[in-house]
Amino acid sequence: MIIIEDLVRRFGSFTAVGGISLRVKKGEVLGFLGPNGAGKSTTMKMITGFLAPSEGRISVCGHDIVEEQLEAQSVIGYLPEGAPAYPDMTPVQFLSFIARVRGLKDEAAQKAIDLAVARTGLQSVLGQKIETLSKGFKRRVGLAQAILHDPPVLIMDEPTDGLDPNQKQAVRSLIRAMSANKAIIISTHILEEVDAVCSRAVIIDKGKIVADGTPAELLAKSPTKRFDDVFRSLTTPDAEIRVEGGQ
Amino acid sequence: MSFWILTNAVFRREFAGYFATPVAYVFIVIFLLSMGAFTFYFGQFFQSGRAELDVFFGFHPWLYLFLIPAISMRLWAEEQKSGTIELLMTLPVPVTAAVTGKFLAAWVFSGIALLLTFPMWATVNFLGSPDNGVILAGYFGSWLMAGGYLAIGSCISAMTNNQVIAFVVSVVVCFMFTISGHNIVLDFFQAWAPVFIVNAISSFSFLTHFNAIMDGVIDLRDLVFFGSLIALSLFINSVVIDLKRAD
Repeated sequence: MIIIEDLVRRFGSFTAVGGISLRVKKGEVLGFLGPNGAGKSTTMKMITGFLAPSEGRISVCGHDIVEEQLEAQSVIGYLPEGAPAYPDMTPVQFLSFIARVRGLKDEAAQKAIDLAVARTGLQSVLGQKIETLSKGFKRRVGLAQAILHDPPVLIMDEPTDGLDPNQKQAVRSLIRAMSANKAIIISTHILEEVDAVCSRAVIIDKGKIVADGTPAELLAKSPTKRFDDVFRSLTTPDAEIRVEGGQ
Repeated sequence: MSFWILTNAVFRREFAGYFATPVAYVFIVIFLLSMGAFTFYFGQFFQSGRAELDVFFGFHPWLYLFLIPAISMRLWAEEQKSGTIELLMTLPVPVTAAVTGKFLAAWVFSGIALLLTFPMWATVNFLGSPDNGVILAGYFGSWLMAGGYLAIGSCISAMTNNQVIAFVVSVVVCFMFTISGHNIVLDFFQAWAPVFIVNAISSFSFLTHFNAIMDGVIDLRDLVFFGSLIALSLFINSVVIDLKRAD
């Protein structure tokens, strides 16, 4: 459902994404892993049409994201990094706006909003302005917005960031419950999450894919069978916080 | 989905946004107070002893110069600062629909502020028998001119994520459009520029076109001027937003 071919993205002379190719099928939950600045968010921004690729192609459900941007965007649900939402709206107003833009009317819109609200547990804050909500609720408003139109493709940038352990658990079960008939990409740097929800994990470092396989296959790469060790052995640590030996 | 359905969705969200915060009320109160203060104190409305609103309309370009950029500065700068632009641009909404919807919301809002000056109209009708056709033309011309300022301001707001910069630059650009027909400006060019350039600069003047309408003569050329200025500004606005994808 998602086909990415030789994707490159440059910002001036800096190459954020340096040639990524991926295919994500229906039923797959792909976990996008990598250190900060590895190019996870940039890749997601290109899949959803927010940034244009410098090179390469992206096709979502058969729609090229550059040639048929609106068609592609209408089959994608996207939770951007930090879950931005209009602070002066209430969740209900915000979701109604999204429903209208997604072409849902009257009863269909109401049904979709009710379902998304129930799935993300927003009932108690529906009438409060988004700016007054806690980080966890804001994130869930973003989630509700992304799943509102029951999209076949779901892209979520750090969906559990800022949630407490119970909420994390709830979001993971939600993702698992939706995974059967969707293609899902989530980015995370919480390694346990990969094991908990992903059917496949891709580790990227400095804009390139360094590992691609099921969580079990990745674990097999390390003698200790720990995700942390796999992650550390495949990615480059941040130069500034690296502790040099003997210092 | 059709362009206008999406434009309407953006329009409704934006328009409701003005009244969800104190912005609308503060703006309207300041707008009305300054309109009144200028007309009655500086314009010597009563002392003139004439039942007409020329003095009142005469101050509009100068008040708009500061008040309209105060509305337009947030149109795009705020979305870019808060990250909601990423949400908006990954929804299946054409950039032109988003630009048009936001502009129309701001324009209708400024129209409402303008309509609330109706006590002025009531006053002159109570005190004398003015030519209400001329007054109507004045209101229409004033609203058109507000649209011109707004479109320029919206375009400038798209170029920055800083509202202060958007405000200051908009005031300066709008000022140049306002006085470009004035002798101070034209003398500067007359010394060296060919006549057709001087005429072209002079024809961009908001004052010239507004004064023509204010006299009660709605000339097609003045309508075309404001109409095409708005269209051109919004077109550039869309291009600026679109270019950010490839930035």
